[in-house]
Amino acid sequence: MTDTNITKDPLVEMRDIHISFGGVKAVDGVSIDLYPGEVVGVLGHNGAGKSTLIKILSGAYQADSGQIIVDGKEAKIENARDARDNNIETIYQNLALADNLDAAQNLFLGRELTDKFGFLNEAAMEHKAREVLHRLNPNFKKFTSPVSALSGGQRQSVAIARALLFEARVLIMDEPCAALGVHETKMVGELIDQLKRDGLGILLISHDLHDVIDLSDRLHVMKNGKLVGSVRTEDVTHDDVLGMIILGKMPEHLMHLAGPGATNAPGSSPDAPNSQTSEIGK
Amino acid sequence: MLRLLSKMEVDRRLVGLAVVLLIIWVGFDIASGGRFITPRNIFNLSVQTASVAVMACGMVLIIVTRHIDLSVGAVLGVLAMIMGIVQTDFLPQFLDYNHPLTWVLTLAVGIVIGAAIGGIQGVAVGYLGVPAFIVTLGGLLVWRGAAWWVTQGRTVAPLDQNFILLGGGIEGTIGATWSWIVALIAILAIAYAAIMERRRRLSFEFPVKPVWAEYTNTIIKAGLVLVVIATLNAYHLPTRAAERLLENKGIPVTPENLEISHGIPIPLLIVALVAIILTIVVKRTRFGRYVFAIGGNPQAAELAGINVKRMTVAVFALMGVLCAISAAISSARLQSAGNDLGTLDELRVIAAVVIGGTSLAGGLGTIYGALIGALVMQSLQSGMALLGVDTSLQSIVIGLVLVLAVFSDKYFHRRYSDPSA
Repeated sequence: MTDTNITKDPLVEMRDIHISFGGVKAVDGVSIDLYPGEVVGVLGHNGAGKSTLIKILSGAYQADSGQIIVDGKEAKIENARDARDNNIETIYQNLALADNLDAAQNLFLGRELTDKFGFLNEAAMEHKAREVLHRLNPNFKKFTSPVSALSGGQRQSVAIARALLFEARVLIMDEPCAALGVHETKMVGELIDQLKRDGLGILLISHDLHDVIDLSDRLHVMKNGKLVGSVRTEDVTHDDVLGMIILGKMPEHLMHLAGPGATNAPGSSPDAPNSQTSEIGK
Repeated sequence: MLRLLSKMEVDRRLVGLAVVLLIIWVGFDIASGGRFITPRNIFNLSVQTASVAVMACGMVLIIVTRHIDLSVGAVLGVLAMIMGIVQTDFLPQFLDYNHPLTWVLTLAVGIVIGAAIGGIQGVAVGYLGVPAFIVTLGGLLVWRGAAWWVTQGRTVAPLDQNFILLGGGIEGTIGATWSWIVALIAILAIAYAAIMERRRRLSFEFPVKPVWAEYTNTIIKAGLVLVVIATLNAYHLPTRAAERLLENKGIPVTPENLEISHGIPIPLLIVALVAIILTIVVKRTRFGRYVFAIGGNPQAAELAGINVKRMTVAVFALMGVLCAISAAISSARLQSAGNDLGTLDELRVIAAVVIGGTSLAGGLGTIYGALIGALVMQSLQSGMALLGVDTSLQSIVIGLVLVLAVFSDKYFHRRYSDPSA
């Protein structure tokens, strides 16, 4: 994995992304970035465009215009497979697990290991699954039960393990703690910390402020398809973020960070140099 | 007892089904004064079940992917008519009557057209997004109508001499010696599979079943094979047929020579072959894995890069192929193809699959369950016929059993119930 402190180039940048559905501008000139070993929250109301933006990165939608840059090179992401080829993995809100299959079967879904005759090599897959899941969650025992028999946190482990297994460097997590209990939310938090230490870049999408603020290093806040601003989590309070989400305004004490047009990107951080400015109101 | 079974890693649902089947058989045997569990009746039962059993194997995959196919009976009808015409009107223009290639070419034509019919329905479901219930309900009418059009309603007979062997009957069996050879191969395969599986698990240091459980499992399976084959071999040809056979072969007719066993009927062999191939496909190939993934969560399957639409077409095309095989079996058994062949078969097939534990919600089902389900349905029907029960009462009983089977399944097993719990 990439060493966090040395790399200064973003893992992924999305520049000036536009997409509209039947005349509605769902995402309107938004630019965001993500660095290795960083957790970035994407916040906003329902309909703010955060999920749409992320789905462009994961290949579910295609942007009308704009660039996606992975490791400094422009990448074409037209479907989920392209995203995966760029080491971008998405863990969806509904977990995207097949409930009737067991953990190993889910981990390898779509990329099964086969023997020399082309038959599934169950034992090899189970072996690898045990290895990956053990690293993530040493308490994981139910390898042969269908995942419907697992708790929410265990299911989340399986979903994350699935991404890790295929050497994801960018992990997109859509509402990772939705429908999880207190203990399990904590477990997912620990998982995210561990992934961060491994040098992955993580994009968190959620409308639960607490989860995101606790877990993220930086926040991108969106409203009505536009980027309100990008801030470091340590610079803002809950109320500041709420203001950004609801009113679409940068907090007073951070106004100096705001670029022209009240939308801005944060500067002054060694990890996140002020690299781009979104323009709106064209 | 339950703990013992779980140690042996036996599917509890399978045990339940086997017990139900046993109760039905013993019940009918007692009620009929020992006429049900006889070599003759079991032989007939296997032949009568074959056509529905073959289609049930395909229907498992259809239902597991959350679809349904109501058209199988009608597709069987039209394919039987087409194959009838091919072997009686078309091929004789090029080949002699009863040419050894006739049945092969006929079956090949049936399979290709069956795959095409299934494929078309699959495209309508997968790519055009019309619910399978509607597509195949339409198909039921279309193909039943098409069956009439093939010959303007005329029944096609007589069929090719070799083709009718596919339906069982007096000569449509493989005889005692070959039956024992098949039994031997089956037992060796069972033992080999058990050893290989154990070795593979051990090589990764996974937990394995206790050795006694492996032995018991293997011995039970091998024993079942032997019992079935011995039963089929114990059913002798009727004296007159045996005499004719001996005279044809120029063997002197003596009392001991007249004891000719039927052995395994060819349709049963076809069922076994289809079931084994499909079980391997389901358990050991990507195709099978994707079928179950789609049934469990179509969205997840799509996101995992599985081409769900193409899979839908493939599953329906496979169903069409199996309909062709069933059409061959059932028209060969009747030695004629009438345009009402296969009427109501869709309901028998679906009932067999559902009794066999396949969930209509998708994602859950087994081939062997469907086979036993088919056998349960046919046993009920044959048993009641043996007792002289009215056909109307037969339908009532079978209808009730279907509902009861699904209810008990829901009651005793939660969906996707955890086998370790």
